[in-house]
Amino acid sequence: MSFALRRLPLPVPNRRDLLALPLVIALFFIVSHAGHQMTVPYRLGQGIPISLSPTALPEYGLYTVLRMLAALVVSFMFTLGYAWLAAHNRYAERLLVPVLDVLQSVPILGYLSITVTGFMALFPGSLVGVQLAVIFAVFTSQAWNMTFSLYQSLKTVPRDLQEAATLYRLNAWQRFWKLELPFAMPGLLWNTMMSMSGGWFFVVASEAITVANQTVTVPGIGSYIARAIAAKDLGAIGWAIAAMIVIILLYDTLMFRPIVAWADKFKFEMTSSGEAPRSAVLDYLRRTRVLRLLAVIPAALWDLTVRLSPRVEPKAPPPAARRRWGDGLFYAAVAVFAVWAVVRLVQVLPRDFGWPLVFHVLGLGLITGFKVFVLVGLSALIWVPIGVWIGLRPRWAQAVQPLAQFLAAFPANLLFPLVVVAIVRWHLDVDVFTAPLMILGSMWYILFSVVGAASAIPSDMREAAQNLGLRGWLLWKRLYLPGVFPGFVTGAITASGGAWNASIVAEVVSWGDKTLVATGLGAFISQATAQGRSAQIALGVGVMSLYVILVNRLFWHRLYELSVRRVRLD
Amino acid sequence: MAAVAHTLHSQPAAATSGLAPQPQEGVDIFRAEHVRKAFKAPDGTDLLILDDMNMHLREGEILVLLGRSGSGKSTLLRMLAGLIPSSDGTLLHRGRPIDGPVPGLAMVFQSFALFPWLTVLQNVELGLEALKVPPTERRQRALAAIDLIGLDGFESAYPRELSGGMRQRVGFARALVINPDVLLMDEPFSALDVLTSETLRTDLLDLWAERKIPTRGILLVSHNIEEAVLMADRILILGSNPGRVRADIPVQLPQPRDRESQEFRDLVEHIYGIMTARPAASVNVAQRGAISIGHRLPHVSMNQIAGLLEELASLEQGSGNSRISLPELAEDMHFSVDDLFPLIEAVELLGFAQVLEGDIELTPAGRVFVEADVQERKALFARHLIDRVPLAARIRAVLDERHNHLAPGARFRNELEDHFSEEEAERVLDTAIDWGRYAEVYAYDDNADVFSLENPGEDEAEGLAA
Repeated sequence: MSFALRRLPLPVPNRRDLLALPLVIALFFIVSHAGHQMTVPYRLGQGIPISLSPTALPEYGLYTVLRMLAALVVSFMFTLGYAWLAAHNRYAERLLVPVLDVLQSVPILGYLSITVTGFMALFPGSLVGVQLAVIFAVFTSQAWNMTFSLYQSLKTVPRDLQEAATLYRLNAWQRFWKLELPFAMPGLLWNTMMSMSGGWFFVVASEAITVANQTVTVPGIGSYIARAIAAKDLGAIGWAIAAMIVIILLYDTLMFRPIVAWADKFKFEMTSSGEAPRSAVLDYLRRTRVLRLLAVIPAALWDLTVRLSPRVEPKAPPPAARRRWGDGLFYAAVAVFAVWAVVRLVQVLPRDFGWPLVFHVLGLGLITGFKVFVLVGLSALIWVPIGVWIGLRPRWAQAVQPLAQFLAAFPANLLFPLVVVAIVRWHLDVDVFTAPLMILGSMWYILFSVVGAASAIPSDMREAAQNLGLRGWLLWKRLYLPGVFPGFVTGAITASGGAWNASIVAEVVSWGDKTLVATGLGAFISQATAQGRSAQIALGVGVMSLYVILVNRLFWHRLYELSVRRVRLD
Repeated sequence: MAAVAHTLHSQPAAATSGLAPQPQEGVDIFRAEHVRKAFKAPDGTDLLILDDMNMHLREGEILVLLGRSGSGKSTLLRMLAGLIPSSDGTLLHRGRPIDGPVPGLAMVFQSFALFPWLTVLQNVELGLEALKVPPTERRQRALAAIDLIGLDGFESAYPRELSGGMRQRVGFARALVINPDVLLMDEPFSALDVLTSETLRTDLLDLWAERKIPTRGILLVSHNIEEAVLMADRILILGSNPGRVRADIPVQLPQPRDRESQEFRDLVEHIYGIMTARPAASVNVAQRGAISIGHRLPHVSMNQIAGLLEELASLEQGSGNSRISLPELAEDMHFSVDDLFPLIEAVELLGFAQVLEGDIELTPAGRVFVEADVQERKALFARHLIDRVPLAARIRAVLDERHNHLAPGARFRNELEDHFSEEEAERVLDTAIDWGRYAEVYAYDDNADVFSLENPGEDEAEGLAA
């Protein structure tokens, strides 16, 4: 680090700098311009003019991307704080982890329905409130699984490394940045990537929503689509889809690939296995001369924090007696709160809704749940064989894997209008034909997990099967299906969660002035939001969370454990 | 090299002197008196790891703690380092009670414990950074330590690019760079191949002998007898369950030591004798076959047991002598001595061989086993298993009693957890499952975690017939 410092004053820029420097500076200008535009004055009820001209799309795309990035930054900060606290404080852990489990079961658009009016009230006469609500919705789609991943990594830092950190007297700050976060990095990045790809769906869905009979829009790809739907403009929808494809590809090359390539060094393995991920962009930046100096900033900051942070003498754990006392107090407080919550719920439920409505909503949940199950089953029937077939052919797998990831990231709600047009045109059954929309965005997770699992089947096992003359169904039953089972379960869990989430936008779809409503919990929440009945929103969201938790606990969780236990070989 | 060593040595002790107490005449570096360590079992009972442990590390001494797994030697090392608290007794570092990580102390780990995302240089600098040594001095001292340990040229490499031996050198450099007052080593050579560990040991002994490092004492945990005799000024042999000091042996052979010399071999043989001898009380118990269900079954597979017995028979034929010395057996089987202990324990427990003063001999039953064919072997093994291994007998008895002849594995696991930690209980039960399956005394279904009496082969056969 001190080497780099001494090399200042600035070196002569090289050829690569000449291209990279202006681009980086331009980036700053674009961001500040967009940030300014996003805070223009606004009153509820006032329509934001959205132009359907394709030339307006780059600007709208930029706003959408910035919202994604803002949400990502917030998610990251939330993750670091929450997970660190949960991993290091016994009491916080027992509270925060179950809470997180509930939070991640609440449908994302449910958060939006509940919070958007509150955010708007915070910033009257300005669009900032709506912007924040959208960012918050995207945040809720990203933060929970990132936090879980970090928490789990923090709890599994190898013991010998922890001992080394203690013996060499790293303080909590140094320990976090030098040991815990690097160790957690691969998992955290993977989850961030998954979160981002889910996030596109929600950013598009929440840019134009109907709250209390008012359509609230912020400029972005989502509102462009909404406008196009209202205007029955298929051409504009085509443009939006094209723009989205370009955005996701750019985001992948400019942001994720470089980060993944850079983070490869955090992989916790002592052998260099396989091919390291590469990124042309990262290589380019590394070869610049002036721009690379920016790397000095974090290093200098780090040195500064180390110098400023106090030297804390490690202390012995508190005596057991005091810990027991603390435990007692803690559990008593939790128990009192739980009893209070149950009593309040029993009081409030019948008063606000009456039991018939509660049972009606529970019934709607069953319908949606049934749809989700059938859809996951159908996707499995389609994508597992295809995934296995692709996974067994390395050249295909290499080509299909990024494509599947791209399809998972692509916000499926952009495609909804195409299906709706078809339903309207041929008078198809609404309940049956809107159902596939729910899983359109998330079934790709099944495909790429299965492809990954199939390509990881050891080649000696395949050779052994060949040698034994296994063929046809027997080969699938004995080798391929068990081999991809863990991958399938992982993918199916994500797909199922995604489908529940998507039900809120997929069960009520429209084309022009024609609106199709399917039967289900998603439609219930969606309509309650549109009519501004906040108590019913809460009921619907609560019931959906309950179903998601139950299904996860009773079904997916067990299936996952079974897959871990049955199919490992050690 | 000399100049480099000079740099490392002449660094102002300022950075560490605030932490490391200065040596005092006549005070041991470490002292443990009546130390006890118990872990809580899941059901609340105490599992005793160490009991009434007394030891000390003197100024200028290399002390080796030698013991088999379960002797609590690593636990003792971690208590001395202040990483875990003791349950009872006194632990002193230079006369002061230990109640947290001890300053001025460095540790080298069996697994190296390097940070894979840091380069060699960054790994070595880590401890200095934590001590707030200014960047320039930090860099200088780290480079000096890297030079000293023979890593120059590898400063910018990541640990994964290095071989095992080079990685452990980084571990040493990281430890030595903080000028530790005392160096703790937790089996630092056991993850390395024979040649590499030999070189590394020699290099360390050279640094120590030539006083190129300011370290005043070394405490090494090992389960390798030869390594202990090669390095130690004094060896403490720990017994198992719970760990206690069984012998305190000074080693007065001059350095460098020659493995082939008679004195060296005698000492190794002597230590073998001590480590395989059972305390008088337990010998009687074992001979009566009355070990309890809480006996720690050695984690050895049936294949290994059969292999050992066959090897003993062939050695016996070759030499015409029925008593075979353990070091000889180890050499013959290309085993390190410590791989041998659990095996020997298993064959003794099952009554197929017996150990006498560092020699091993087949019993008549052991000879029959070697001569027998597969089915006869199984029958003989089953008899011995039921007679001599209470856990196996208990499982069989429970299955016989129940009219459906089924019993969940958790039932026995819980019972074992009264005696062992959860992990250890799992291992012991695994061994019982392996032996029982071979002997066809009972069957076990891993998916359902159920013991049964049925022969899994029969089911399938019926299914095929139907």
